[in-house]
Amino acid sequence: MTTASNARLRQKVLVLYLANSALDAPTIAWSVYDGTGEVLRMAGDEDAPPYATGLAALKDGWRLFQASQLNPHARGEEFDLAYLKYEFWFEQLVEVSA
Amino acid sequence: MSQAPPLLTSAQMATFVARGFLRFDGVVPQDINDQFLAEAGEMPPPTAGQRLLPLYMRALAENRIPEVSAGTPLAQTYPAGSALARLLGLPLVQGAIQSLLGDDPVFDHHFLHVTFPPAYYEATGGQGVSQHTHQDSTIDPRQVFDVQVMYYPHAVTRPMGGTRFVPGTHLRKVSEVALGRYQNIRGQQHMVCEAGTLLFLHHGIWHGGGVNLSDRTRYMFKIRMQASGSQVRRWNVEPVEPRAPQRPIFYVKTPSDPESVAAILMTPEPWFEQDTGRLEFVNRVKLWRYLSGDPQFDADYWMTRLEAGA
Repeated sequence: MTTASNARLRQKVLVLYLANSALDAPTIAWSVYDGTGEVLRMAGDEDAPPYATGLAALKDGWRLFQASQLNPHARGEEFDLAYLKYEFWFEQLVEVSA
Repeated sequence: MSQAPPLLTSAQMATFVARGFLRFDGVVPQDINDQFLAEAGEMPPPTAGQRLLPLYMRALAENRIPEVSAGTPLAQTYPAGSALARLLGLPLVQGAIQSLLGDDPVFDHHFLHVTFPPAYYEATGGQGVSQHTHQDSTIDPRQVFDVQVMYYPHAVTRPMGGTRFVPGTHLRKVSEVALGRYQNIRGQQHMVCEAGTLLFLHHGIWHGGGVNLSDRTRYMFKIRMQASGSQVRRWNVEPVEPRAPQRPIFYVKTPSDPESVAAILMTPEPWFEQDTGRLEFVNRVKLWRYLSGDPQFDADYWMTRLEAGA
């Protein structure tokens, strides 16, 4: 049910890609999506990560809501590489003016 | 008698294998740059309410760059005397193409990438944004590779949003823009260059066009080409014969020659994950084995260890 207060909440999403599966591992890639519409983020707009690690994002108030799984490597495909492996999704809920 | 074009060195080839690109700044003479821009034509000025895509498509249709069928021999792609024929005839370009692709490469496609400044979007009520990072074409499991030559006919400043690319991503098998959610990756580079710069890319490298925040329309011309025969040992291989012995690993007291093939292949990128970075090294060694025609080649013992007793 939508209430008057949560109708004013917008989600900011931070995605961090870390160097291994530990949340305190270094950030190697990142994305930010701002549901408030205040800031338009896009590819290539920042050359240094906003947080050095996932833990640093937690300390700054971001809430972790998803982390990538660790999957075994299929036989014969052990050396195949594709997408970044250690993906962590964070959010902040921000109240916007009506 | 014409001289043979200068072939790439082993260090340059190893750099291409490791990082997926070679960059040559300001190597195209200004008269070719000027001729190319004249043949490419100017974009009409922004007009209120005008849609950008039809304007772009009409300009492409009306310029003097030819439409060419995929599969055409590269040597027959452009009319003699045209800017692009002259560019492909430059000794440096011929030598690099021959080193990477061998004799008689084949034209795949080309495109004139035009990135419009904010005035065009303001006129239409739109919003200019960077292109999502992607790998061209589609999932490509081959070990052989195509080359994409990116040509920058005028100077590119940082606000103009030159091509963004991520060194070392070319050996990953991904599906085009499936990776579009990655906005920023450590080590990404933005092309800021003088006129006449060329960027030779492995077809697999992750890249995208940047948003143009300047007051000038930006042009970049891309030509994709592929080998018609063997890509094995087509560069200047002499300096690497015979194969260098294995060097000490992990517990190292004496730095090795940074220009050696092993050192170049074993140099990580800032975005490497700690475990898969090692798999990148393995895949680089595999590609060097293919290109060098040496199935026993190794660097830092990665393949030798895996093959022991197999």
